[in-house]
Amino acid sequence: MNPLLVAEGLSKFYGARIGCRDVRFALEPGEVLAIVGESGSGKTTLLNLLSGQLAPDSGAVRYRLRDGRTKNLLDLSEAERRLLARTDWGFVHQDARNGLRMGVSAGGNIGERLMGVGDRHYGRIRENAMAWLGRVEIDTGRIDDKPTQFSGGMRQRLQIARNLVTHPRLVFMDEPTGGLDVSVQARLLDLIRGLVADLGLAVVLVTHDLAVARLLSHRILVMKDGHVIEAGLTDRVLDDPQEAYTQLLVSSVLAA
Amino acid sequence: MSRTAENYRGYNFAYLDEQTKRMIRRAILKAIAIPGYQVPFASREMPMPYGWGTGGVQVTAAILGPSDVLKVIDQGADDTTNAVSIRQFFEKTAGVETTTETGKASVIQTRHRIPEAKLQANQVLVYQVPIPEPLRFLEPRETETRTLHALAEYGLMHVRLYEDIAQHGHIAKTYAYPVLVADRYVMDPSPIPKFDNPKMHESAALQLFGAGREKRIYAVPPHTKVVSLDFEDHPFEATKFEQPCALCGAKDSYLDEVITDDRGGRMFVCSDTHHCETRRCEGHLGPLGMPVTEAAE
Ligand SMILES: Nc1ncnc2c1ncn2[C@@H]1O[C@H](COP(=O)(O)OP(=O)(O)OP(=O)(O)O)[C@@H](O)[C@H]1O
Ligand SMILES: [Mg+2]
Ligand SMILES: [Zn+2]
Repeated sequence: MNPLLVAEGLSKFYGARIGCRDVRFALEPGEVLAIVGESGSGKTTLLNLLSGQLAPDSGAVRYRLRDGRTKNLLDLSEAERRLLARTDWGFVHQDARNGLRMGVSAGGNIGERLMGVGDRHYGRIRENAMAWLGRVEIDTGRIDDKPTQFSGGMRQRLQIARNLVTHPRLVFMDEPTGGLDVSVQARLLDLIRGLVADLGLAVVLVTHDLAVARLLSHRILVMKDGHVIEAGLTDRVLDDPQEAYTQLLVSSVLAA
Repeated sequence: MSRTAENYRGYNFAYLDEQTKRMIRRAILKAIAIPGYQVPFASREMPMPYGWGTGGVQVTAAILGPSDVLKVIDQGADDTTNAVSIRQFFEKTAGVETTTETGKASVIQTRHRIPEAKLQANQVLVYQVPIPEPLRFLEPRETETRTLHALAEYGLMHVRLYEDIAQHGHIAKTYAYPVLVADRYVMDPSPIPKFDNPKMHESAALQLFGAGREKRIYAVPPHTKVVSLDFEDHPFEATKFEQPCALCGAKDSYLDEVITDDRGGRMFVCSDTHHCETRRCEGHLGPLGMPVTEAAE
């Protein structure tokens, strides 16, 4: 096993309040890890620690770079970390407004990362944007439309295209299907599942929807009050939860 | 009349006190040392409103010496209200000699143009700048634009140009066209027409930019590489005019459209009034021009 990312005893406090505490796991290339738990359990905090947007009070995140070196994120310069974030990583936000430039066309949104790494050929950038629109099932005729003219589901798909254009190996998703209609959700989940499999993406997915976790993830971390209280293969955790709290979560979903 | 640095007709020389001028000079020196980088400075109230070139005026005030010869242009013209009032301001507060002749000036303060005549090593061009931040349009957060400059993350600039091409089929930006200075900082050249952009490249003159309201000074030192941003398949092109100047016949100068009567009559003439006059005095004549002897009142 040669993990892509390793969390080593990550803790983060907001004053006296626990954000998350002593979280440890390893993520393999191509693996989808779901972080589930109730509101306030520390999911977003953990995601921000993993992606270097938040510095831990203790612990470390080690990431294996494309050149094979494994680095503590804290040892990267800001320039290196930002380059990593816009080339080898992706971020899909629940609120598309945080992940898209709403005043820029769909093509410009997808092209931004390419231009950010130095592509200076308009025709090539546009071709690439077309291809990615197609891949996320957005009519290529909409390439010059702004995300403000898109539906919620389309915005999420555009976010995904915008991120995947540089072929990242790891994508962070925070409630990517939150706030969408059930049928729109289902289509988006299908798309994500297909892309993850085709591209061999590793994903850290935050959700409090166990059905989403069931559909997309290989493994689950269950969080409560900033702690990981149960971890394991998705089917095992959902079909045979060991902890009382997880049992409660699972049964309340089944009851709903 | 003596022109000491301390006092001129009851004003401190060039209006600003010496301490303020030193502060501005320090900012200018820093700006010269880091070409294209926006240096913050403590912009002062000037006896004219923001938007009237208070940034340029402060820079000019800080670099002016008693033996300097000052030219002030607004959109290329020496005789607009703005240009005249700034010129008079320095005549009054510094007693310096002023001129309309580009070649004679040691300091040229400008709004929206670079003179047509090639500037020389002993000249300083001072630009009035309304908005110094080229990334503002796409990234309103100042903390973020600073980081983007610090890390030279300029993909956004090209997103802006991409949007132009997607919308118009070409890069539609015709003024304040962004440039990369000395292969490092992306800079807004102030709202000069992109026609003037090539003149900034490797210019022998020192170019200083002052933004009063936004409290920023930046610079392009002499003989510095200045490249207009573009795409390989949509290269930068300076504006070309289809006709020559109606008065002097110049084919290589920047033209303004001038309404000649109230029946929709119009003609295109050099925006650089001194350049046009000089050419006419030399005997060049455009399709609507009159020989200089007759034209003179
Ligand atoms: N910036 C902050 N300042 C203070 N406390 C914070 C901050 N961010 C989060 N917290 C606290 O840390 C804990 C974990 O919050 P976090 O946002 O990580 O939860 P979450 O699992 O993502 O919740 P949700 O499902 O509502 O998004 C909570 O108690 C929260 O109030
Ligand atoms: Mg959250
Ligand atoms: Zn002319």
